[in-house]
Amino acid sequence: MLKRYIERFSWVDFLLKLFQVLALAAIVIGIFNTLSVARYSSDQWVTLIFAGLAQGSIYALIALGYTLVYGILLMINFAHGDVYMAGAFTSVFLADSFALSGFLASHPVLAILILLLVAVTVSMVLNVIVERVAYRPLRGAPRLVPLITAIGASFTIEYTFRGLYGAEFHAYPTVPALSGIINIAGYEIPRVQIVVLVAAVVLMLGLYFFVERTKIGKAMRAVSEDKEVARLMGINVDKVIMITFAVGGALAGAAGVFNGLFRPQGVFFFMGFIPGIKAFTAAVLGGIGNVPGAMVGGLFLGVFEAVGPNLILEGLGIPAVNQLRDAFAFTLLVIILIFRPQGIFGERLAEKKA
Amino acid sequence: MSKRLFAVLSVLMVAGMILTACGPKAATFECTDAIGCVDIAPDEPIHIAYMLTISGATAFLGEDSSGAIEIAIDDRGGKLLGHDILLTGEDSGCSAEGGQTAATKVAADPTIVGVIGTNCSSAATAALDTISAAGLVMLSPSNTAPALTIEGQTWKPGYYRICHTDLFQGAVAAEFAYNELGARTAATIHDGSPYADQLQQVFAKRFIELGGKVTFQGAVNVGDTDMRTILTTVASDSPDVLYFPIFEPEGDFIVAQSSEIAGLENTTLMGADGLLADSFPENAGPNVVGMYLSGPYVTGAAYDEFLAKWDAKFGGVPPSGFHAFAYDGTNILLDAIEKVAVVDEDGTVHIGRQALRDSISALGSYTGLTGKLDCTDKDFGELGTSHGDCATGGALGVFQITEAELNGAWPPAAVYTPGE
Repeated sequence: MLKRYIERFSWVDFLLKLFQVLALAAIVIGIFNTLSVARYSSDQWVTLIFAGLAQGSIYALIALGYTLVYGILLMINFAHGDVYMAGAFTSVFLADSFALSGFLASHPVLAILILLLVAVTVSMVLNVIVERVAYRPLRGAPRLVPLITAIGASFTIEYTFRGLYGAEFHAYPTVPALSGIINIAGYEIPRVQIVVLVAAVVLMLGLYFFVERTKIGKAMRAVSEDKEVARLMGINVDKVIMITFAVGGALAGAAGVFNGLFRPQGVFFFMGFIPGIKAFTAAVLGGIGNVPGAMVGGLFLGVFEAVGPNLILEGLGIPAVNQLRDAFAFTLLVIILIFRPQGIFGERLAEKKA
Repeated sequence: MSKRLFAVLSVLMVAGMILTACGPKAATFECTDAIGCVDIAPDEPIHIAYMLTISGATAFLGEDSSGAIEIAIDDRGGKLLGHDILLTGEDSGCSAEGGQTAATKVAADPTIVGVIGTNCSSAATAALDTISAAGLVMLSPSNTAPALTIEGQTWKPGYYRICHTDLFQGAVAAEFAYNELGARTAATIHDGSPYADQLQQVFAKRFIELGGKVTFQGAVNVGDTDMRTILTTVASDSPDVLYFPIFEPEGDFIVAQSSEIAGLENTTLMGADGLLADSFPENAGPNVVGMYLSGPYVTGAAYDEFLAKWDAKFGGVPPSGFHAFAYDGTNILLDAIEKVAVVDEDGTVHIGRQALRDSISALGSYTGLTGKLDCTDKDFGELGTSHGDCATGGALGVFQITEAELNGAWPPAAVYTPGE
């Protein structure tokens, strides 16, 4: 038994295991130290967690767009963050005029629905155009080729919108109906965070049922299993791919408006870049190509980003923790991928598509 | 080369020499300047350039400065020594990369005599080597990082700044917080840029000297949108004042999210001139009401006249607080050119580059919109010798943002000026 073990021993595996143990130990020690100092009250932790959940639900909505496209085409649509920007940036002007005319205060639900409709339409149409112009002509080309055109599409969208709307920063107005605080078990949570979280979860559940229960969803799953066989079965593959991009774009547009409600500032042409990268991370974290994985990955990343620097890094005595937040989020990604290379939920078709 | 072609070329060359020699040549100018001259033919314009941030988040700073430069040129009827003044611009952005790119472009054009720029200290730090090596002078309307004029630090010959440095601004902010607001504890947040980092250090140093306690000095990244984490850390000590001398949109996020964090209810928010923009109150939202901003403060009849010119030319008021420095800087540059220029009979102008630098460096007392300016070398005690630091510490104030600014009024009223 021992002999067999020694024969199979490999330094790489040993170091990986050692790294896992050290990473876990660092996290546990960090949490323990921070909590034992009791610098932050439980109110403050709850504030951070809910802000993280709201942020995470926005990551999750964007991540779904990455994961749907990857599931079908096995490509990363790097322009997706900019599709999100397009919706958010377009509706900010409408939102401002709604606020100015008082419509936002008098009919908040209707106003937000109109904003959503505009953002969703813009993002959806844009994503379909990107697919038609930048990806469809390259179908069947080596996998690296659409990746490069995706980066090109990303820059094109960014600078087109800069040309259209200018380089200045814009801010969504605050919605009077959404400001205020909800009391949950003695903790005060801003109402807008709860609304964004719930709305995002409803959209995600809607998407899940769309993919699992409808005929088009079935066609999408068939195309993702095998494009050729799906075509032989009479499925219009190009149409299904177009619908996939449309659904992904729509979710990104909705995320743009939710982001504007939850965190109104900083709407400009480059705003999609960082959330796009983060959402991609969330999709990989959850297991790329997997719909529930993207949802869980997004929420997980949002909460970890919000809580992690204070909870873990500060306990380890690391200075300037807030500047390390992004580094921390990506270190987390590395650690999780060492434990589970296929992501939290795994890629169901990994063996065939790898 | 064939013999015939060689012969033709030789003839042409000799003919060219004869023609040149026969031309009007009343007074031969010979450039004796250590780093070269700019020669401007009678029908050519005198070319100055600006390197400002004219796109992106800090575009308001560039707009503010470039408008003032144009007004300064208009005041002279667009002419200097009988030549048209040509103003061209490069976008230096608010980053090291932008400063380097703009400097490279400006340095490649030998007709440029001097530069007004940059807005951001980070851009200037990266641009200085190139600009100085090209023999140019650069006068900044809004670089506030102290190191830029200190010998042995970032300073390079040819660099001048018209605005006050953070040594003044940070100290004024700290004195205001301690003496006027009665604050005894303070926290600071910077964004890793030389401007914000040095400013908060000066603030913290002065605040401690006065007897206050600094509870936390932290930083965020440019591009961060979620400030709740760092605000929670700040809130755990509930300081009296939170000083965050950063820019939009990070400053907007801090202001907007500050009301969500338990423990910040009694903390006064305080920013610096990076947030002194007409778009800031609207973008940051209702939490800005009651917060303070430190920044340039210019008054006087000449300044009112300047504002009237601005309103006539562009409409409204300048979008930030550095226009008066840009105006003074442009005038100093144009005056110096006028002073050192050697004009031939036919109107050709020769400007010695070192002579231009010497002329500005010798400017001991100049009265501009922003008060008295003194560009000579100064002794900054333990910091070392400073070169070309023209500001004398006036023209600074602390402003308070009220409901009126939230509803679009600009600029806010000054509630404190040093020496009051």
